[in-house]
Amino acid sequence: MSFIPGQPVTAVVQRIEICKLRQCDNLILGFSIGGGIDQDPGQNPFSEDKTDKGIYVTRVSKGGPAEAAGLMIGDKIMQVNGWDMTMVTHDQARKRLTKKNEDVVRLLVTRKSLEDAVRNAMV
Amino acid sequence: MDTESTYSGYSYYSGRSRGSHKPGERSRHKSRSKDGSRSEKSVTINAPPAEPLLGDSSVRGEEVQDDNWGETTTAVTGTSEHSLSQDDIVRITKDMEDSVGLDCRRYAALTVSAVLGLLVLLTPIAFLVLPHVLWRPQDCDTACQGLLISLAFKLLILLLAVWALFLRPQRARLPRVFVFRALLMLLMLLVVVSYWLFYAVRIIQSQDKNYHGIVQYAVSLVDALLFIQYLAIVLLELRHLQATFSVRVTRSTDGETRHYSLGQLSIQRAALAVLENYYRDFAVHNPALLMAAKSRAAKHLAGLKVYNVDGPANNTTPSQSRAMIAAAARRRDTSHNELYYEEMDQERRVRKRKARLVVAVEEAFTHIKRMQEEEQKKTPGEVMDPREAAQAIFPSMARALQKYLRTTRQQHCHTMESIQQHLAFCITNNMTPKAFLESYLSPGPTLQYAREHWLARHWTLVSEDSVTSGLKDGSVFLLKCIDFSLVVTTRRIPFIKLSEEFIDPKSHKFVLRLQSETSV
Repeated sequence: MSFIPGQPVTAVVQRIEICKLRQCDNLILGFSIGGGIDQDPGQNPFSEDKTDKGIYVTRVSKGGPAEAAGLMIGDKIMQVNGWDMTMVTHDQARKRLTKKNEDVVRLLVTRKSLEDAVRNAMV
Repeated sequence: MDTESTYSGYSYYSGRSRGSHKPGERSRHKSRSKDGSRSEKSVTINAPPAEPLLGDSSVRGEEVQDDNWGETTTAVTGTSEHSLSQDDIVRITKDMEDSVGLDCRRYAALTVSAVLGLLVLLTPIAFLVLPHVLWRPQDCDTACQGLLISLAFKLLILLLAVWALFLRPQRARLPRVFVFRALLMLLMLLVVVSYWLFYAVRIIQSQDKNYHGIVQYAVSLVDALLFIQYLAIVLLELRHLQATFSVRVTRSTDGETRHYSLGQLSIQRAALAVLENYYRDFAVHNPALLMAAKSRAAKHLAGLKVYNVDGPANNTTPSQSRAMIAAAARRRDTSHNELYYEEMDQERRVRKRKARLVVAVEEAFTHIKRMQEEEQKKTPGEVMDPREAAQAIFPSMARALQKYLRTTRQQHCHTMESIQQHLAFCITNNMTPKAFLESYLSPGPTLQYAREHWLARHWTLVSEDSVTSGLKDGSVFLLKCIDFSLVVTTRRIPFIKLSEEFIDPKSHKFVLRLQSETSV
């Protein structure tokens, strides 16, 4: 999932809709993110290309809304509610996901198995 | 000479302990390795090296394991305990021969240097005195007198330099002449002779009245000689100080290896430097430690025998020996297993004995206390000097020490006398038990032991190149003594190319690389 500067990024994505859960005055989604353009991409265990500075799902809590919606660990988040997530800082990503006035977040995530499935289907 | 090889430190024993000839000693094993083909004829009955620690039982015990036990001849050729054995005669003649040869060469070199020194000293004085004797030159004015004073001091410096460089006592005997020193002495002689010639022809024959000129001439001679001394210092002393070669010295019996740095020396001087370092650094040569390897080798050979069924005898073709080696390799040899377990057992045994020894020595040392001055006047009864104190506490640790030495096969290196002396020494100098034990726990350099163990004062230098040629990269030579040899290989220290790189102190900048995880 590396990018070539100047060329549009193409990926096979899955739409995931997560309803936020209200838990004592907090709206939580039930997963953790890692990555960002201000972080060290070499330490990301989920990325295939170690220069990829995108936002990755590092943990999905059991029984949470994210797991129920089908989010899997290691997914790369491409868009959140229409906002791009491939070139954001870690803090910007966190803010996009935790807006207090939104109850539902619609994510576009990609993972390796999606690409493989599409390729196998085309053969 | 047939029994030449017996001249060594060994031969001192038979002279000393003449009254205790005992057959079946371990030293027979040594004499067999020395004599080689001469073992049938020459008989050397060497008594044991020194009084062993407690009786001879330790020595006999080892004899049983020696595979070559039955093969040495022990015929006694009519020497009784009280007459001189053949070994003694050999030793005496060798001593005489050696001492005459040694003294001759040493004194010859010394006399030559002394004569040259006298010549150098007296020549300028002769130059100055002869005009006054033979004819009357002009009187000396101020400049001339100043020159005379400087001449006197320069002569003094020259004398000291000659004494320091050329008249030193020789500390070793080298096989060939020291080339540089000989050349320098020749050069000095040449200079002096040419100055004399010039003096005789120009000054004496013409009866020059100008004394100032004569004094200047004498001063110039002394200057030339001082410059030759400077050359001598550079060639003899300084040239070999800068490290140019790295030599690797390996002992042939147990493979102990050291590396030394040497300058540009001739092979014989390099050998001398290596030997001086050998006595200081290498652990003492202990033949008892090598017997295990020899018995293993004997077992390897004894396993396979090749018989020639048809064809003439003694016709070992190369194919036959190769077949033997191949068969030996294929044979299921379990000696590696034995070696492994044997080494493990030995290590455990040594450690156990060492623990007992340390405890025994520590306990023994607690019985002794240094007495203060005031107490000395109060209780005059029990006062002992260090030697008596050592003898008093020695029995309590003697057994543990003997067992430990026997386990590590060092018992022939230390006599009871030497141990007690060492103990008295440690007590006198307020050493702890650990300091006392240090010399027994690990084998020290050869110089630490008694004189009998400075076995090889006579070394043979074996070299393919001439021994006065300089060291070169890859030159190899051997230093042989009776028990073992030292293999010396040289390597030139490589030419080092050093370049510099400047780092701006402001260029040390760092960034933080994080990978944080946020839960949403």
